[in-house]
Amino acid sequence: MKKKVLTVDDSRTIRNMLLVTLNNAGFETIQAEDGIEGLEVLEGANPDVIVTDINMPRLDGFGFIEGVRRNERFRAIPILVLTTESDAEKKNRARQAGATGWIVKPFDPVKLIDAIERVTA
Amino acid sequence: MDMNEIKEIFFQECEEQLAELESGLLKLNDGDRDPETVNAVFRAVHSIKGGAGAFGLEDLVAFAHVFETTLDCVRSNKLEPNQDVLKVMLKAADVLADLTNVARDGGTVDQARSRGLVKELEALAQGVMPSASSHHEAPAPAPAPKPVAAAAPVSPPAPSDESGFQPIPFTFDEFDGAEDVVAELPEYEISFKPRGALYAKGNDATLLLRDLSRLGEMTINCNMQTLPALQDLDSEGAYFSWKILIKTEKGEDAIRTVFEFAEWDCELEVKIAEETVDNGADEELPMIPVPFDLSSLDDEPAPAEEEHQATPASDVAAAVSAAETASNVTQLASTAARAEKREPPAAAAAAAANAAGANSALAAGQTIRVDLDRVDRLINLVGELVINQAMLSQSVVENDSNGTSSINMGLEELQQLTREIQDSVMAIRAQPVKPVFQRMSRIVREIADMTGKQIRLVTEGENTEVDKTVIDKLAEPLTHMIRNAVDHGVESPEKRVAIGKNPEGTVRLTAKHRSGRILIELADDGAGINRERVRQKAIENELIAADANLTDEEVDNLIFLPGFSTADKISDISGRGVGMDVVKRSIQALGGRINITSKPGHGSVFTMSLPLTLAVLDGMVVTVAGQTLVVPLTAIVETLQPEAAAIHSFGANHRLISIRNSFCPLIDVGRILNFRTTQANPVEGVALLVESEGGGQRALMVDAIQGQRQVVIKSLEANYTHVPGIAAATILGDGRVALILDVDAVVAASRGQVLKAEMSYAAAG
Repeated sequence: MKKKVLTVDDSRTIRNMLLVTLNNAGFETIQAEDGIEGLEVLEGANPDVIVTDINMPRLDGFGFIEGVRRNERFRAIPILVLTTESDAEKKNRARQAGATGWIVKPFDPVKLIDAIERVTA
Repeated sequence: MDMNEIKEIFFQECEEQLAELESGLLKLNDGDRDPETVNAVFRAVHSIKGGAGAFGLEDLVAFAHVFETTLDCVRSNKLEPNQDVLKVMLKAADVLADLTNVARDGGTVDQARSRGLVKELEALAQGVMPSASSHHEAPAPAPAPKPVAAAAPVSPPAPSDESGFQPIPFTFDEFDGAEDVVAELPEYEISFKPRGALYAKGNDATLLLRDLSRLGEMTINCNMQTLPALQDLDSEGAYFSWKILIKTEKGEDAIRTVFEFAEWDCELEVKIAEETVDNGADEELPMIPVPFDLSSLDDEPAPAEEEHQATPASDVAAAVSAAETASNVTQLASTAARAEKREPPAAAAAAAANAAGANSALAAGQTIRVDLDRVDRLINLVGELVINQAMLSQSVVENDSNGTSSINMGLEELQQLTREIQDSVMAIRAQPVKPVFQRMSRIVREIADMTGKQIRLVTEGENTEVDKTVIDKLAEPLTHMIRNAVDHGVESPEKRVAIGKNPEGTVRLTAKHRSGRILIELADDGAGINRERVRQKAIENELIAADANLTDEEVDNLIFLPGFSTADKISDISGRGVGMDVVKRSIQALGGRINITSKPGHGSVFTMSLPLTLAVLDGMVVTVAGQTLVVPLTAIVETLQPEAAAIHSFGANHRLISIRNSFCPLIDVGRILNFRTTQANPVEGVALLVESEGGGQRALMVDAIQGQRQVVIKSLEANYTHVPGIAAATILGDGRVALILDVDAVVAASRGQVLKAEMSYAAAG
């Protein structure tokens, strides 16, 4: 069965890149534009792994991760955060919020797939 | 979709983000302190940086990074966004826009300017917080120093009994017989003890061990001593720890990288294993397959597992599947397989049940993006539909004189539907003027900087919608007018203070809908038109006679004449020989009108009236010398039947018509367009009173009015060539082509016979 990835990112560019990369790598991809939509979609999407950005309108990545971890059904899902190398503080906050791991920007398809493989069975 | 398409999307998004950035900064400039505004501004720059990084646009990334850092200071309240700060930021936004354009279209940016702004931004970020911790790239967490192999403390491994570790022998078949080679690889001893948080964050010891196994041959010892009795077991607790021996040439860093995501939530120790700990030693270790009863795992933990079906991988499952990954203990493997099989069907069912829900949630977006080509194709088709519907109506009327009412009713409904479809399709192309208005604020900033004037741009009605083509073509004339207003209109701050004005000049840009057109006003509170100077200049340039008697309005409108420039010295800003006549021409090309009203000492107001769409037009269908023409309805003030007594001759070729006690030039359209050489008898025709440029009215003579209808505009330039006096063409209900009159060109031609000269030139060429 195809693994299902939920991506949460407000940038159309990054969303498209994620979509193309993930589809090419044989994943099924579901996309949301911010944390709120991410949580809404989660229920029906039932993903195997989540990839989320941090800076987003309405609900940012930290809030989204906390929301997922609070959800009885989905709190065990691995969550990867898209982050920049320079921002150790953000990485730590994401980790405190419950992120499983991170993908360092700039966006790189190899790194993305690699990170997903690492956290999924 | 390929990378180029995504790049295209990226640049589109950049434009949006830049607009967002600018409007956010302007809001902050107006005193808005809503954290969400700051966040939006920050996100805009952050997004651009993120996308640019993905495409390797280094310049853009570098600048965006510095900008973002400074914005972060504002976001974290370390930097007060006062006017001075925002001035720098607005300029930085301009540079960011330039860099984006260069990244897309090539070319070069003003390096000095962007370097200067980088310095200014850095100063802002540093000036307020001298430590500037957020200014510099925070170093990534340094990897633990790599122990030098020789110097590494080699402690004898604790006897396994003492440490409580029970080894699970682990071999790869393919390595059998290659012992010699393997033995030469450095061997690491890893002790790994996860905490509960590791599982809570979605990490899984099994997966970590699986990744580790990819580095080389390894032996895993799992310590299960700490596993409590089942009734005391917290299904989300972490009870196991592992001791792993691995032979790898990839080094300690590679091993630590495997645990990268988990290092916070576990105790991890990696060191070079003692030489003696090799396979031979391994064999001597007591082999204890599994400390707990397999059957009990099979039966009893199952309910517990189901209860917590989706809870973080419990240690039991982790241990079991770890063993699966690592060992040749087949019983364990099969147990693990069974344990794992419980999950997928449930997950699959849930997925199927919810797939529809997910799709609908995703589809709930407010907007969609459609390629402009597709919309244009649709508009074209609707245009054809309108024409076709008109033709159908006409032939029904012609062939079925006694017209069955059901057919007529059906036709009427069709006509109504067609019209509605057309309006809806046009609405798709309608866009708010906001982006153009936003661009103007940059223009104002730049000219204000260059001229040393203080200007405040106020925009109103930026959500007024108009056809995208109109918007696209509006930017250029508007830019030119804004430059003019700031350069020539608004006085210097000193002068303004001297005459009791606010040193800061105001330029007001307004858009609104007015009777089926969009009205754009550009008002400044500057000096207004210096009529004496304009007159003087016009006389000097032989545009008017020295003794011409002109109203104030007419004098003001002289600035639109070709070859007119009031600036005594050609300035860098609005000079370069491009005058307001060019502005006027581009507005006219859009089917629009422009005029100016001015109050000396109080400023000028430019008013542009533009059609909402360039695809259809409400027109009056008229006959001139046997030809069918369409006159845009917006130009027509009224129609009237001239009486002989109202017609007055004026000179050899000109005639005037008196309407309500005022005289108005009567223009014979047929002669202007060279449809005929003799003058038509005005009494036999109809006069269309039209509003022309400069405010004056003219009466256009046509032979008869056929009716009024909406016509689809077909470009003559695109299909044939430009014809003077004709704006475009259309197809009428009977299938014939009718020309759409360019009223202003005809009026201008009647004044100077320009058209005829142009026409003969066109004919000759």
